[in-house]
Amino acid sequence: MPTVPRSALPALTLTIALAMPLTGCGSTSADPTDGSATAADDAALTLEDGWAKATDGPMTGVFGTLTNEGDADLHLVEVRSELAGMAEMHVTVDDGAGGRVMREAEDGFVVPAGGEHALEPGGDHLMLMQLAEPVETGQEVTLVVVDADGGEHEFTVSARAFSGAEEEYAPEQETEDR
Amino acid sequence: MSAPDLGRRALLKGGLLGGAGAFTLAGAVASSGAASEGSAPGTSSTGTTDLVVPFHGEHQAGITTPPPPHAVFVGMDLDDGVGTTELGRLMRVWTDDISRLTAGVAPVTDQEPEVAARPAGLTVTVGWGPGLFDRLGLDDRRPSWLAPLPPMPVDDLDEAYGGTDLLLQLCSHSPVPLAHARRLLVGAARGIATPRWVQPGFRDPGEQAGLAFRNEFGQVDGTVQPDVADRDADLLWIGPASASHPGWVGGSSLVLRRIRMDMEDWERADRVAREHAVGRDLATGAPLTGGEESTPVDLHAVLPSGLPVVDRHAHVRRASPHAPHERFLRRPYSYEQVGTDGTVETGLLFAAFQADPVRQFLPVQRRLAEGDLLNIWTVPVGSAVYAVLPGCAEGDWLGRALLV
Repeated sequence: MPTVPRSALPALTLTIALAMPLTGCGSTSADPTDGSATAADDAALTLEDGWAKATDGPMTGVFGTLTNEGDADLHLVEVRSELAGMAEMHVTVDDGAGGRVMREAEDGFVVPAGGEHALEPGGDHLMLMQLAEPVETGQEVTLVVVDADGGEHEFTVSARAFSGAEEEYAPEQETEDR
Repeated sequence: MSAPDLGRRALLKGGLLGGAGAFTLAGAVASSGAASEGSAPGTSSTGTTDLVVPFHGEHQAGITTPPPPHAVFVGMDLDDGVGTTELGRLMRVWTDDISRLTAGVAPVTDQEPEVAARPAGLTVTVGWGPGLFDRLGLDDRRPSWLAPLPPMPVDDLDEAYGGTDLLLQLCSHSPVPLAHARRLLVGAARGIATPRWVQPGFRDPGEQAGLAFRNEFGQVDGTVQPDVADRDADLLWIGPASASHPGWVGGSSLVLRRIRMDMEDWERADRVAREHAVGRDLATGAPLTGGEESTPVDLHAVLPSGLPVVDRHAHVRRASPHAPHERFLRRPYSYEQVGTDGTVETGLLFAAFQADPVRQFLPVQRRLAEGDLLNIWTVPVGSAVYAVLPGCAEGDWLGRALLV
């Protein structure tokens, strides 16, 4: 069988290409996690491998890798989505009792110039709350992240069935009472 | 990518999900130098761990790909209330997840990325069953031949292994990424489709070193195959002329028959009886009319007594095509179903790929059902037919042309 181990071949850099080579299906990009910035004023921020957790509950998380391809740090201060009555940037922290809770990031996220900021279950993530309708598996979710200079970065990600990311939501005022 | 090459090349994972340039480069590397540089898979215990079978292409992988030792077939039904919108979403999600899993890259929801990193030649092949078209009202896109096989006199079918709306065929050199990929893809479909059955199968790893596949009866199995890489390609792939919808061009069909083998009774048959039943030498797989495994069987040869050398009801005679189109690509796996009471059911997951199962497969199946000596020891207990989607290019998704 003329197949060979990968190790027999020269290494190539692995990239999940954001600009997929489309073959006659420009509007049907097949990679539903292929979020890319479309705002005209700043395309330096991308959300690679972006996805949202499908849910029929009132809130969901958005994950992926924010990548700043520009040469200045990007301070993200706001997130919004038409699907959500409210959206926040969240961090996940120890609750002091052996568990993990998530709460709003005190000063947003900073994506360093030429660097990344990981959004993942159990870690930092974007939170969409007050969802008007269920977010269904495979559904596209569009959101906008705003930086401190007012630059808007729009991403479209697909919703995925996922059992993780069950951390309790603990708004700051409540945890301070403990 | 040309059709016959699919599954015959292994690429770096970087070549699959990278840009077009990387894909071309890796493809060129693999086709020019890799085959000579690489050690043959199976020559060491880790030789196939990093193996990557390309996902993208005109056809899906896992059909002409040489069958690796481990497989699992998963039959799933669409959940109530699911429509074409949800099916399209599932196909996009699966396409993304499969393209990553087969490349050794963890899907976005994967919480065991270290397992995903060692695909061991993983392929995942997706098919649609008759019920999907009924349920979604997609009759205008349904292949004319897509229906359950008519009942056969030998059948003792259990609906637990009957046709389903969706099929996943997963194959790998290792059972570990296989189990991981099955779990992930089934989980990804939650809310859209639910498994009805899961049928694992195995083949001999020795095949990777060139040994013939033997079924649990000890018979060399799968000797006569159409030349699907070349002159018989139209026996395997749906072409523009026969496609019920342009979206099927490059697709195929799968007949999956679960055949229980009565090992206890087989033990009572002596070697002569066994060879008589199949029409082949057990040791070499050669026809009883002489030669070697690949020698065509001489169905007209007679003994001095005037009786045919190959019995009128020998498997090899009944399975022989009566017309050139009565051939198909067989890709079977053995199975063992372990009961909770210490019993084990042994059998064969007979998997056949062809462009048109009614035209190519059914006539042969009828002849076997009517009078194959092997029927003494075998009983079909499961039967399902699927339309196998064409492959897709990078940036596209499986089934798009049928849904948009």
